[in-house]
Amino acid sequence: MQSTIFRFILKFSRREQILLLIFTALSFPFLYMSLDLPKTIINQAIGGQDFPRTVLGYEFEQIPFLLLLCSLFLSLVLVNGGFKYFINVYRGVVGERMLRRLRYQLFARMLRFPQPQFRKTSQGEMVSMITAETELLGGFIGDSIALPAFQGGTLLTIITFMMIQDWVLGLAAIFLYPVQAYLIPKLQRRVNQLRKQRTLKVRKLSERIGEVVVGIREVHANDTSQYELADFSERAGEIYQLRYKAYVMKFLIKFINNFLAQITPFFFYSIGGYLVIKGELSFGALVAVLAAYKDMSDPWKELLNYYQNMEDCRVKYELLAETFQPPGMLPENMLSADVVDDRPLLGELVAANVDLSEEDEVEGLFAGNLSMRLPLPQSVALVGEHGSGRERFASVITGIFRPRAGSVSINDVDVTQAPEAVTGRRTSYVGQQPSLRSGSLKDNLYYCLMHRPVTPKEYDEEEGKEIERKRHEAQLSGNSDADLAADWIDYQAIGVGDPDGLVERTLQVLNISGMSDDVYQFGLQATLDPQANPELAARVLEARHALKQRLEDPEIGSLVDQFDRDSYNDNLTVAENLMFGTPRDDSLQIDQLADNEYMRRVLEEARLTKPFLQIGRQIAEVMVDLFADVEADSHLFEQFSFISADDLPEFKSLLARTADSDLEQLEESDRRLLLSLPFKLIPARHRLGLVTEELKPRLLEARRIFCKGFEDGPPAVDFFDPENYSRSISIQDNILFGRLVYGMPRAQATIGALIEEVVAKLDLRRPITELGLDYPVGIGGTRLSPAQRQKLAIARSVLKKPDVLVLDEATAILDESAQKSLMGSLFEEFKGRALIWLVHRASLAEQFDSTVLMERGKCVAQGSYAELKEAIPG
Amino acid sequence: MDIQRETETLSKVPLFSKLEQSKLKLLAFTSELQTYSDGEVVVNEGDAADCAFVIMEGQADIYANTESGEVVVGTLMANQLLGELGVLTNAPRAATIRANGKVIMLRIGGEMFLRLLAENPSVALDVMRQLSGKLVLAHRQNEELQDRLHQLTGS
Repeated sequence: MQSTIFRFILKFSRREQILLLIFTALSFPFLYMSLDLPKTIINQAIGGQDFPRTVLGYEFEQIPFLLLLCSLFLSLVLVNGGFKYFINVYRGVVGERMLRRLRYQLFARMLRFPQPQFRKTSQGEMVSMITAETELLGGFIGDSIALPAFQGGTLLTIITFMMIQDWVLGLAAIFLYPVQAYLIPKLQRRVNQLRKQRTLKVRKLSERIGEVVVGIREVHANDTSQYELADFSERAGEIYQLRYKAYVMKFLIKFINNFLAQITPFFFYSIGGYLVIKGELSFGALVAVLAAYKDMSDPWKELLNYYQNMEDCRVKYELLAETFQPPGMLPENMLSADVVDDRPLLGELVAANVDLSEEDEVEGLFAGNLSMRLPLPQSVALVGEHGSGRERFASVITGIFRPRAGSVSINDVDVTQAPEAVTGRRTSYVGQQPSLRSGSLKDNLYYCLMHRPVTPKEYDEEEGKEIERKRHEAQLSGNSDADLAADWIDYQAIGVGDPDGLVERTLQVLNISGMSDDVYQFGLQATLDPQANPELAARVLEARHALKQRLEDPEIGSLVDQFDRDSYNDNLTVAENLMFGTPRDDSLQIDQLADNEYMRRVLEEARLTKPFLQIGRQIAEVMVDLFADVEADSHLFEQFSFISADDLPEFKSLLARTADSDLEQLEESDRRLLLSLPFKLIPARHRLGLVTEELKPRLLEARRIFCKGFEDGPPAVDFFDPENYSRSISIQDNILFGRLVYGMPRAQATIGALIEEVVAKLDLRRPITELGLDYPVGIGGTRLSPAQRQKLAIARSVLKKPDVLVLDEATAILDESAQKSLMGSLFEEFKGRALIWLVHRASLAEQFDSTVLMERGKCVAQGSYAELKEAIPG
Repeated sequence: MDIQRETETLSKVPLFSKLEQSKLKLLAFTSELQTYSDGEVVVNEGDAADCAFVIMEGQADIYANTESGEVVVGTLMANQLLGELGVLTNAPRAATIRANGKVIMLRIGGEMFLRLLAENPSVALDVMRQLSGKLVLAHRQNEELQDRLHQLTGS
């Protein structure tokens, strides 16, 4: 990385900066002409005589001459504006390109950081450095050369002009420059220091914010929010202090500068006046110099601003450069080199004198260097206590951690030196807390195959041009020009031919890692667009009919409350019963229904408004009674109450106010409040006895009115239709076409099994599981359980088809039986390849071909588990 | 059954007899009324314990796993509380419980149950008493078994 910002600017934008300079220089004569022309217009065209005049061989009378000069003036204005426009845009382009380049460089360097560096630099700091700290630099880079050249040039011109008028006065004008040149940098240094401290403090603040976000559960679990707030306040206060001091200094500089600039005229009046009186200087010259001096203040101010800005950017850049070249960075070609030697890592593993310690780690953590020979392929249990260095060794084998000394070669390929194109494809590592990307399960699984773009995407001519433009632009900023939309999946590496083969293989792999069922469940919960996949939708309908037949058995049928247009469903909300479908837009969401005109009209039409008001009042009474003593932040409100804690007082006062009044006479706002409640009622669940048998026929009548609609037809609702696939409910709900009856614990399992059976019979399991692959895992995989995350990570590693798979206590989180079956299938899958397992219980080693015992960074014993049993501690 | 009747039934459960009507009602409202058919598993040994139950109607058997298979080691009757131990200790279920005939249970969520104890010392004390009783019983059984072991090994 270039050590200063100017080196960076010159190295990557010299051509552009020169171009900017040239254009700036070119604009000068036009600028000068546009300043000079008005004088000509006034003196020659308006005030002049001797017409006609000859211009370029043509003769002009006074009026045409005036018009000629005026149009010349107009074109000069246009030309000047054009120059300014072009220069400004180009300056922006140069600045933004350089900013893009800088950010890219920082990010690329971050990818090359040695592992231990990430323990010293937090995520928050990284984000703040790459995004916020660089921002200012972009604006500066465009200005960096042209602005001082332009303003400096202007200033020099004016000074020269003054010198020519009178050298004494000229000297007087710049008499104080040396003082300023001495004082200002001195003060600026102080500002720089403050800026530097401030940047570091802001980084720490970002780090803190990042930590709080990650550890938000700890904050709540330990009631430390007040402490965190105080901590934040303290840091923000420190930053304020630094900023305040910097402001004081910065404006002190401005003050001194202004003051010195203002006292210069003092010399003009005194010395200049003296000279004029003595007759040594003409009066006109003094006036001209004074006018010129006034023009000097602008460029001077600009230059000072530039200077302060430059210093700020210089400091920022240097801080970045310092942070982004930690010792021990990976050489660039480790990441970028393609595979040259395509030998599989299927021979003996030889570790020679591997130093597992890290930079600035306590001396003597490890007893010495590690050496061992391990015939591969076979299954190996790596046993050792915490601090034995086995995790470190596992990272070395998989190329994640590059040791400071020693080598580990497998089949004569030194994995400590091999590029990641070898280690990252031929080995795989699963730790205890795998990290996932936000995206679908599929995105996460295929992530391990995204090494390089494999097949370029096909574009039509128009798109092709756009892509070419993007690529060119990326190159101009020194960014990666690989097309993200290309197919990056390396099908060949895992021996499948095409996307279909990949899906097939993925499903196999999910079986191995024991995740098939989870993905199938996700698939059942997924929605499907019947237009995009009519065939699958039709098959799901078939499943619905098959299930319906099974539900004719009264024993099973009693567990499901099926959707039937002509009967009221006690296991649906009143709202769902009325709509008998799922609304497509927000205006019919359950919280909005009381405000929805259509729904209100339906209630009116079915003469349900009054009963609803009554039920609403009854619900409000129950809720106020039940939840009066519950504290506002309790989960009970969220889970059970019809009325939120915030709204409870409002309902309380409503009930008190209207205790004796006629419901029909209520004000609209009160009516709305009461009407909002009955919609949420699920009779079977809430058991409040409010939806009586007498009411049900009227609700069904309302349903008919709702579905039929008025003049404009019904609103956008996917109605439950036994013969049609409903796009807004899940696959499972489409098959079930009903609700499980409340309070029947066996319903879940019984009906689940039944659906399973139907799905199996109709060969739907595979397409449904395939749909499950699109399940979004959430940020960092938070929508998956820890066990699912782990199984997903293992599946991903198996999918990659590595020669060597290293598992670092990767199954510890799974339950006993899942662990056992996973182990079995992995042994089976990795026959003929190497499986190195850092077992979380030494006794697990029994099932492996051989066992390696590590202690304090060394291999202390090797052999079968039976041989080593005595030596293993614990 | 509606909330009103459930509340009445709950008030007959000795554990809850001292509770105010409104608290009982909240308990009923936030709990799930479940129907089990004969032989259906209510809790399974080793499962996570996230709730307690009160038997509203019918009875349930406690099963223990022995070498000779499952054996009934106790029977729970209407108005009895079960599964509270797991919620308190956050440990997996210690035994399997099955419905004996048709049973209606009120399933009280773990959080709600703990809240109930925290807010009502009389209920907490009752639960403590029941648990102590179980502890004494277990202790006595343990001593008996120890004695028999000694006799068998002949020492």
